[in-house]
Order: sequence, then C-alpha cells, then structure tokens
Amino acid sequence: MSSNNLFSRRTLLAGSGLALPALLGPRQAQAADTTIGFIYVGPKDDYGYNQAHAEAAALLKRMPGIKVVEEEKVAETADVERTMESMVQLDGAKLLFPTSFGYFDPYMLRQAAKYPRVQYRHCGGLWDRTKHPMNAGSYFGYIGMGQYLNGIVAAHATKTKKLGFVAAKPIPQVLINVNSFAMGARSVDPSITVQVIFTGEWSMPVKEAEATNSMADQGVDVVTCHVDGPKVVVETAERRGMFTCGYHADQSKLAPRGYLTGAEWNWIKVYEDFATKAKAGHAPGNFVRGGLAEGFVKMSPYGPAVSDAGKARAEAAKAEIMKGGFAVFRGGLKDNKGNVVVPVGKNYAETAIELESTSWLVEGVIGSTS
Amino acid sequence: MTTAGAQAPADRWYPWRRALEGALAPMAALVLAWLAFTLFLLLLGKSPAEFLDLFWRGAFGSWFSLQNTLQRAAPLLLTALCVAIPAQLGLVVIGGEAAVALGGLAATAAVLPMLGAPSLLVQLVMALAGMAAGALWIGLTGWLRAKRGINETIASLVLTYIGLALFNHLVEGVLRDPASLNKPSTWGIEDRNMLGPIPGTDVHPGLILGVLACVAAWVLISRTSLGFAARVTGGNIRAAQLQGLPVHRLMIGACVLGGACAGLAGMVEVAAVHGRANASLIAGYGWSGILIAFLSRHNPLAIMPMALLLGGLGAAGGLLQRRMGVPDATVMVLQGFIFVAILASETLAGRIAWFQPRRTET
Repeated sequence: MSSNNLFSRRTLLAGSGLALPALLGPRQAQAADTTIGFIYVGPKDDYGYNQAHAEAAALLKRMPGIKVVEEEKVAETADVERTMESMVQLDGAKLLFPTSFGYFDPYMLRQAAKYPRVQYRHCGGLWDRTKHPMNAGSYFGYIGMGQYLNGIVAAHATKTKKLGFVAAKPIPQVLINVNSFAMGARSVDPSITVQVIFTGEWSMPVKEAEATNSMADQGVDVVTCHVDGPKVVVETAERRGMFTCGYHADQSKLAPRGYLTGAEWNWIKVYEDFATKAKAGHAPGNFVRGGLAEGFVKMSPYGPAVSDAGKARAEAAKAEIMKGGFAVFRGGLKDNKGNVVVPVGKNYAETAIELESTSWLVEGVIGSTS
Repeated sequence: MTTAGAQAPADRWYPWRRALEGALAPMAALVLAWLAFTLFLLLLGKSPAEFLDLFWRGAFGSWFSLQNTLQRAAPLLLTALCVAIPAQLGLVVIGGEAAVALGGLAATAAVLPMLGAPSLLVQLVMALAGMAAGALWIGLTGWLRAKRGINETIASLVLTYIGLALFNHLVEGVLRDPASLNKPSTWGIEDRNMLGPIPGTDVHPGLILGVLACVAAWVLISRTSLGFAARVTGGNIRAAQLQGLPVHRLMIGACVLGGACAGLAGMVEVAAVHGRANASLIAGYGWSGILIAFLSRHNPLAIMPMALLLGGLGAAGGLLQRRMGVPDATVMVLQGFIFVAILASETLAGRIAWFQPRRTET
C-alpha cells in the first residue's frame, strides 16, 4: 500500500475545498508583509534557550508589516535544511533565524548558497567574511558577565560556601559561564567553591535532576546551570530547598521562593533591528555581538531571598560592566590544577578572542573538563 | 504459515485474497487512526480539513515537498531493516540508533588513513567500514542471545546506551577535530569524497541504497532457503532445532545483516549530509526505524510505503506548525494513533472467513 492512498481522492478534494477560503486571507497579506522564519532545536516553552528566542519572536510578531513563521524541535541534520527551504518555498520567507548552534555548518551555509536572495542569520557567532556567503551572518551575545553577577548574588545567599553548576558539555561557551560564575562568587568570598557536573547532553532531564540532587546531598545550597532547558534543575533545587540562579530565560515562576536572579538573553534587541532592516529592503548586519552593556543580555528581577548587601554589590558590579571593557579574567589567573591560564600582563574582557578557546576551569571550581 | 498446503491447488485465488487481507488491514487501521485524530483536532478547535490539505501540500503536493518526504524517508528504510530482518527469527532488536552512530563514526574514521585516494575507493571503504561497525554492534546482541540466552531486546537497548556513550567519548576525545570548539566533531571527510544528490533532485543516494536493500531483504527472506530457514526458526524454534537448522548461526547472521543496514545508514548520513561525525548522527533514525518495521509487519516491501508515510508526516510537520499554530507534538499524536491502530489490526489477521482458504470437499 502507498501512503498516497491514506486519504481517498474525494476526502482530499473536500478538504482542499473547505480549507481554501481560509487560506486565501493569509496569502494575500503575505504579499505585502516581510516574512521572517524562526527555527528552534527544542520546544518553544522550555523555560530556556528556545523560549528566550521564541519570546523575542512573539514580540516581533507585533511589529507592523512583519509576519513570523516558527518551527520547533527541528533536528541538527538534513531536517533543518528542509525546514529552511520549506519556509522559503512555501512561506516566502525573506529572512531566516536558525537559532541552534549546530544549524550553521554545513546546513545553513548550503541553503545560503542555494538561495542568494534570502538572508540567513545564525545565532552563534561563526560567520567569517573570508569564507562564508554575504547573505549569511551571525549574531551572538556575551552572557558570561550575567553569570558573573549570578555568582555575586549567590555568594551572598550561600551558607555552606558551596555552589553548584549543572553544565551540558565541556565546550568553551559553557566553561566561560562556569568560570564567570565562580569568579563572581569568589570576588565576594574567596573561600567559596563551585562544584560543576557535566551531563554530556544539551537536554537530558534525568541526568540534570540527578546532578542537582547529588549536589544537594553534598551540601551545595545555591545552584545554576547551562543546559538548554533549566526547568528541571530549577524545580529540583526548589524542592530540595536550595537557591537558584537562572539562565537563558526567566525561571522565577518555577522557584518563587529560591530564585535569586538570572542571566537572560534579550534577543528582541537583535531581532527588532534585523527586522526593521529587512522590511526596508536592506541586508541586516553580518556579524553582530554584544553583552549586558549592549542590551543583548539582561538580568532577571531579584527574588525575595536576595539580601540588600547582595543587591548593592551586584548593582555596583553591573554599573562597572555597563561602562564596557570590564575584564574579569586578569593576568596571572590560575586554573584549578595550578597552571597559569592568563599570562601576566594580559587582561581578558568578555570579548577577548582568547576566551573563545577556553578549555580550563578556574581555581575554586571542583570538577574536570574530561 | 498456512495449513492449507494440501488443498492449495484447488483454491488458486487464496494467495491473492491473503495478499489483499495483508493490504486492507493496515489501510482500515489508517482510516480508523485518522478518525480518532479528527476527534482530537476538533477537541483542539482545529479544522481536520485544513490539516489534510496542509499535510498533502507539505508532504506530497509539490516537487519540493515530495523530495522533502523522500529525503526524510531515506535513512528510515535502512534502520527499519535493522529491526525487520532479525524479526524474521522472532527477535525484537531495538538497537539501531547506536548502529547508525557507530556506522557513521567508523565510516569517517576509515577516511583518515586514506586521504588523497580516489573518491570512489574512499566511498566504498567508508560504506564497508560503516556496515562492519553496525554489523558488529547488532551482531553482538545476536551473539549474546544465541550463545548466552540473554534477552535480545534488553541487550540491544542497553548496548545502545553503551554505543552512544562510546560514540560521544570518541568524538569528544581522540577523534575530535580541535577546531570544532563548541560542537565537538571529528575531522571532515573532504568535500570531494561526499556523495552527490541523485541527478535532477536534491535527494541523496541513500534512498536508492535503501530501496535496493529492502528489495534484497525481501528476496532473501521469501525466495531463498536461508530465508525460509529463518522464518521456520521464527515460527517455532524447537521445531527448527529438531530439523537440524543452524539456529544460532541464523540468529547472529540476521542481527549482523540488520546491523549492517543501520551502519550503512550512518555512513550515508556522513557521506551525503554532514561530512563529519558528530552529535547530529544521533537524530532518532534508529528509533523511527522500529516504528516503521512494526507498522510494516516486518515485511521489507511494506517498509517502503510506511517510511514514505512517516517521512511525509515529518516533512508536513513543519508546515502544520507554521500555518495551523499547532505544536510539534500534534504530529506525534497522529503517529501514536496510527501505531496503535495498526498493531491492533493484526489481531484481525485470520479471523475473517472470506480471506481464508476454501475447502474443496463441498
């Protein structure tokens, strides 16, 4: 049997007939609107990475003259190429945001070469003018300083001086966050340690819960994370009576008691700018990056458990960061094995190219990258 | 197995009715699943007619959509065989996911020592390496079942987790290209070694390999004495042993063949899509293959339309999300209905008298 026979020709005709009037409306609107496509690797409501993008997409929908199409749970395989192509072919999309890191090479690059009149902007900062097409590009945010502020607030909340970090994979982006969190906490009290556990996967709820529970058993009383969806970590920690610092999006609803603050993406900043350019017929920027100071990253409002001293210290640090060029990783810094990882005389601000190949954990972090 | 052997010459329409029964039962199940899903959509306040229309347009309605469907169906043909071939012996092997990943990894690793060799040779070696890795992994399950009496379903499931952990360990360890910072990957296989699309289409040649493998598996199972021996073993293992059939070798052999198919799927993913081995290989093709094998009642020819159906659902899923504002899980709900309905329809097999062999004595 063939799946073409799944529906008889008659039901099919009836189906098309019924659906036709409903479809004419949107199609006419499309001609005038600029269609923008968003592609997410996980569910849109994951309280994490994907939700941060989807929230911005929802804001973008309100812009006049912009039509947004979205697709969730698209794998980092040939699937994402088909999704991009389908958005171009069937929805007439002119600007695409494949938001997952693994969508770039080779999938988005192949599509960009195939459809030179469509603009592709990838979240992850991989675009290179010398190698990649001009209708492609990338945007990314420096969120490490958000984790640094998380660390400061966590340091004021902890009683056991033991903090925890549930991390996905020991890759540079994640290690920068672990290190920043530890540096923030230890800037308040150098006796604080940060226990890190790598789950090995971007989304592995069972291991995330196990890691959080085992940290609670070891006396860790503040936990944060870098996984795609922090929901499990935050909920588990709340149940175990721990404090939490959020990541990616606002998780305060999941932990009304223990949520301290969180490092959140503020992608609408980027998307609004890109959409305005696309609507006017211009190409959006090819290489866009920013951190707290540029508004790409924001902090969740402080939760009820944050002390005044914690708030004051975090706000003071934030004011320094907002001036720009703030460098946490300073010359002579050692990793947790005793090796000097930042040469004496050098200071790395969040934009430092050297940090992009981070493979170490700073002093005070308990754990190993391999 | 039919018991009507003696009367068969008299009832010459019986084979046709039996084939008809085999085709009608799943069709009725599909209609039933669709009716249940219609209710589900109506409860959500969505139009079933619009769903059908969008499904058609997203999966088969245009050349682009059809290619999209075929592209998604291609790896599923091979991973379904990984379940369907051992199933002839009554084995339920569900370890295809790891065989795909390890097949892809072995295919990539095989390129490294032969950089600069002619592309065709490289591709051939890649295919052999991928098949060997998959065959070894699923063959291990068969060996444990045959020689140690370990339940093959549990063994293959647990070996999947071990296989994926091994895959991650190698990709993030010794085989990692240090330049792949935030997405650990192996070295690439060089562009010139990549498999191009089927001429005139965007579909990769994995589709052709999958169709050939399905046809070959069908011939092997239903037209050779080896396949007959396998089916006898699946029907009654004690009887097969009494007949002196090499039951253990058949079990291991079927697992090796199935694993080779899944490993080949992994090789095609690397050689035609990714160009390197990384976490993208763990995309659930092995798991979908189980679904398709059961939907097609382990008949290699039926795997093709079933893979097309699931590929179509995947291809249309995006359009349905975008136009109807339904979550991705909606398509999963439909898949669930179809799966349950088709499995339930199997209980009808042999119960409707009209399809059964007629007696000639009357």
